[in-house]
Amino acid sequence: MAKGKVVLKLDNDISTDIIYPGRYMATVLPTETPQFAFADNAAFNQALNEKQFPAGSLIVAGDNFGCGSSREQAASCIKGYDLIVVARNFARIFLQNSINVGLQMIICPGIEAEEGDELEIRDNKVCNLTSDKSFAIEPLPKARQSIIDAGGLIPYTRRLLLERGV
Amino acid sequence: MGMTYVQKLLARACGRTGVETGEVLELPVHLAMSHENAALVINQFNEIFRGIGREVGREPRVWDPDRIAIIFDHRVPAESSKTATNQKKIRDFVAEQGISKFHDIRGDVGGICHQILPENGYVRPGQVLVGTDSHTTTHGALGAFAFGIGATEMAAVWALGSILNVEVPGTIKVVVDGEFPSGVYAKDLILHLVGQLTAEGANFKIIEFHGDAIRSLPTSGRLVLCNMSVEAGATAGVVPPDEETRRYLRDEAGVEDELDLFAPDADAMYDRVVEIDATRLEPQIACPHTVDNVKPIGEVKGRKVDQIVVGSCTNGRLDDIEIVARTLKGKQVAEGTRMLVFPASWRIYSDALNSGYLQDLIAAGAVVCNPGCGPCLGIHQGALGDNETALATTNRNFKGRMGNPGAEVFLCSPVVAAASALTGVISDPREMN
Repeated sequence: MAKGKVVLKLDNDISTDIIYPGRYMATVLPTETPQFAFADNAAFNQALNEKQFPAGSLIVAGDNFGCGSSREQAASCIKGYDLIVVARNFARIFLQNSINVGLQMIICPGIEAEEGDELEIRDNKVCNLTSDKSFAIEPLPKARQSIIDAGGLIPYTRRLLLERGV
Repeated sequence: MGMTYVQKLLARACGRTGVETGEVLELPVHLAMSHENAALVINQFNEIFRGIGREVGREPRVWDPDRIAIIFDHRVPAESSKTATNQKKIRDFVAEQGISKFHDIRGDVGGICHQILPENGYVRPGQVLVGTDSHTTTHGALGAFAFGIGATEMAAVWALGSILNVEVPGTIKVVVDGEFPSGVYAKDLILHLVGQLTAEGANFKIIEFHGDAIRSLPTSGRLVLCNMSVEAGATAGVVPPDEETRRYLRDEAGVEDELDLFAPDADAMYDRVVEIDATRLEPQIACPHTVDNVKPIGEVKGRKVDQIVVGSCTNGRLDDIEIVARTLKGKQVAEGTRMLVFPASWRIYSDALNSGYLQDLIAAGAVVCNPGCGPCLGIHQGALGDNETALATTNRNFKGRMGNPGAEVFLCSPVVAAASALTGVISDPREMN
């Protein structure tokens, strides 16, 4: 079971412009996007670039995380650090992009956590070990489960192509 | 049980008699659109085919080069060597694959993707249309089921010709009756609706537009409504097609083939019905830093504006430019305020030039730029300084949107932008002399 610290606590309606500002959109490759994650939050961006947070550290957010643009950089830049995003809910395109690129995200409508709190992800709940409270996880859309199981849309599509003999 | 417009469209697309909300479908794609982010799509497309046992020298092929559209609009002409190199890679791929619907940086066929697709007749009622841009919802104005996807999702579409694992969304029916009062436009209606639904109120749902105010709205206004449906989180916005759709496609997009128009069933099931009386609408302003932070203009007027932006895929069409030019004709943009105008396509630019609108705008002190997306998302021209305020006819006002997290963006209709350009403060066009 994954255990990690909350390294960033965010509000509702965090747009893809906040996660990956438009001016860096000419950078597209998943290997190159992480350097610009949350670029307008200079301290957090620096901490990311200095690799201060171990894989499995968490970002906690409110409603509608990832709203706005379809830019996949917003998912790949977080995936680059193997952070987990826990939010009350996610905007559609961001959620689908995250599944496609293998970013782990958790829909947790009741989540309460602050920066520095330690969270443990169990099968169907998020346990805040610091506050000793736990919160139910809402399953990801069932339509997408097979893509998650395949490890992302690229291996999933590759397998389909082979099956169909395209 | 009756079907909504999109349920009916999906049933037809899959060759079925009906589909249910929540059902998971693989949808055949009629048109797949990308802009400069095609550079990432190409990368992911090649990744899909990596190690798949292709013979050496046999490059992976897209499923149908005539069903892919690529339009350069986000950074045109290129602002950096990095962008220019990405555009060059895309151009090479377009040539290798024989992609026919390619709109390069050109003064004859160029422009913003969400204007290029309609004006070239690429969008038809009943289509399934996907684009690597969230404002792909725009094309619901012509009766397509059109939605934004990410680059990896698009790579899979290029490989397969279909979009996988689509859950049939529920639908919110929005009924708008009555006539728009003077000074009130489609932009005010959609800002009002986003404010009412909230930024996540339509997440994973379709917004289907009905009512006599929608029937009497020209396609240019319907494009505004569907364009900004995504600002309420909607998967897609859609206007069931009608005679106006036929007129637009025939007269403005050169479409000669027979169109197959259909309507939702009268007994279709909707998740929610929202009724709006257009006669009661006022000019609306979306205040920083979310699009649902909407206020009637009376609560915001008088606020100083440093930069006015008219244009974008939302409000850069000929009727938008026309109303701004007519408002500014023979007058001057206020000292201390700068005004930028970005037509949505070169066809519109050319029409505005021939109609004298661009001359009126320039004489008034506005800067007319080439068609493109740049200033809307702060990536190419028109960035804001620290603590500056912009008033824009674009679609988003998120923190940092116009290139500076220390600036503020307010959103409005073209006529409000024009009235405010003359005074240098947010101004109500109904109160102009």
